[in-house]
Amino acid sequence: MEFLSYLINGLGLGSVYAIIALGYTMVYGIAKMLNFAHGDVIMIGAYVAFFALTNFGLPLIPAVLLSVIVCTVLGVTIERLAYKPLRQASSLSVLITAIGVSYFLQNGAQLLWSSATKVFPAVISNGSLNIGSLQISYLTLITICVCILVMAALTLFINRTSTGRAMRACSEDKGAAALMGINVNFIISVTFAIGSGLAAIASVLLCSTYPSVFPTLGAMPGIKAFTAAVFGGIGSIPGAFLGGLLLGVIEILAKAYISTQLSDAIVFAVLIVVLLIKPTGLLGRKLSEKV
Amino acid sequence: MKNKKQLFIFDPAYRGRTASFTLVIAAYVILQALRSSGNLSSLFASLLVPVTCYIVAAIGLNLNVSVSGELNLGQAGFMSVGAFTAVCVSGRLVAAVSAGIPRLIISILCGAVIAALFGFAIGVPVLKLQGDYLAIVTLAFGQIIKSLITNMYLGFDENGFQFSFVENKCSLAPGGKMLLNGPMGATGTQRIANFTAGTVLIIIALIIVYNLIYSKSGRAIMACRDNRIAAELTGIHIANTKMLSFVVSAGLAGAAGALYGLNYSTLVPNKFDFNTSILILVYVVLGGLGNMTGTIISTIVLVLLPELLRSLQDYRMLIYAIVLILIMLITNNEKVKTMTKSLRSRFAAGRGADKKEAA
Repeated sequence: MEFLSYLINGLGLGSVYAIIALGYTMVYGIAKMLNFAHGDVIMIGAYVAFFALTNFGLPLIPAVLLSVIVCTVLGVTIERLAYKPLRQASSLSVLITAIGVSYFLQNGAQLLWSSATKVFPAVISNGSLNIGSLQISYLTLITICVCILVMAALTLFINRTSTGRAMRACSEDKGAAALMGINVNFIISVTFAIGSGLAAIASVLLCSTYPSVFPTLGAMPGIKAFTAAVFGGIGSIPGAFLGGLLLGVIEILAKAYISTQLSDAIVFAVLIVVLLIKPTGLLGRKLSEKV
Repeated sequence: MKNKKQLFIFDPAYRGRTASFTLVIAAYVILQALRSSGNLSSLFASLLVPVTCYIVAAIGLNLNVSVSGELNLGQAGFMSVGAFTAVCVSGRLVAAVSAGIPRLIISILCGAVIAALFGFAIGVPVLKLQGDYLAIVTLAFGQIIKSLITNMYLGFDENGFQFSFVENKCSLAPGGKMLLNGPMGATGTQRIANFTAGTVLIIIALIIVYNLIYSKSGRAIMACRDNRIAAELTGIHIANTKMLSFVVSAGLAGAAGALYGLNYSTLVPNKFDFNTSILILVYVVLGGLGNMTGTIISTIVLVLLPELLRSLQDYRMLIYAIVLILIMLITNNEKVKTMTKSLRSRFAAGRGADKKEAA
């Protein structure tokens, strides 16, 4: 029973990682860049949701919507201003620019809202569902449901709509996609928009679990989700889902059964072992080398 | 782009190497003169040793990122290993070797060697991977090293060393001393590092890296970077070659960390986190890949920049971020690129003409 409740808590945390990891993996799949500023978009989303809930007194759903809109606009703006001029540049230049954007968002947030930690209001009911001796909090259930919904919607979007098809085409071969009449710049913007919108949803779920909002809030979940994306095979959407869930479960189980302080080390050690056995992640495509 | 890098490194006149050494020695002489005449503010004087440490770590990382072509996001992890090894060695030897200089040399050597050994151990699995997967694994190792050091407790008394993990179980006899104290790190370290030692370390790092780059092994490393399969076909042992640059880079980071650790009386493991690795990577990329002189200049500028912007108070890190983004956008702008290229070719043509006249 104890194990089962840890497992479900792990799935809850993993769902948050999975939603964030989707943002990393989609951007990587299409723009072939590691968007290090993604974690800080989560932070901005958390602040927007926090102010919407406390200062403007909005109910939960409109607050989340507002946060999603702000993050989407932010994501697309960052892409236009900072990443678009670097399409032809080396990947290292893009990486450094992303780091610059990350510093910019963190320090901007610190200037605007001070570095003091703000307490996120408990908006999702903190009751729990009891099945026998098993206790599952509603928050965990909602988090898992949201993650499944997001996954399903995204899979439908990617597979069934023309924009989704265009996205898949761009991730295969941008040049050929452009020749087929796909507006590659538009597709990249859409990717950033979706990724950032998902980051906003993740931020609300994350802050409901750990109710503190501060400027460097996004850093650690960002690194973890990035790890999850690589774990599942970066560029693969089901991979991000699987990687996120597994990472959350491993983290919670490691905390429960081995050591709280060493849980991070264990998570990263598992990642290394997985990459050694499957060098392109769990569901990553194996790249064949042409001579 | 890769061709250009190669051209720079194979510059027949070794201009880069001369420039690096001249820069370091000139900077050392000027700064020492300023300091002895009392013209250097205490803030800048306190930054001298950290700057030299970052330069050494950045030179090591430059070898890794540009010469070997591997994105390493865990350089701070190696610095951490070097730093805490050196602090422990120095703390243990306080009584035996009371003079600062020999103890400093022993500690830095130990830090460098242990970090290089870590580099070797980590390199075995890491170098099997490629590209972004390699980057994420170095990131993971950096996190693991930080996490492990945060949980280590090491003390010694007359009966020898006592070590415990996760929980502090060391019970030391009176007169004993804790060398590592978990999340608190190392405290009460004697500050034996100084600017001269830092400069000597930079020069040693430059000698090692330049000798490696211009040697047969260096050419083999670059061959692996440019075309792994072709390099393998010409009989280069890929794993050994890559390992060489990885271990040298880790060793340099260890030496840099050792010097850094011995410059402060307290050192927490959190100092060497992911952000530090990224910071060093930024120095390397902004300085120009494969360009050691550029690395040295960009490290100095970027360490000083937040301090110079201190008058802007809260806005300084924001401006730092904007400067970082703008530099990347400007240096990658097509118009600016063609402009610098035409300037450079004009300059080269001028030099050629001079040589002909001289002949």
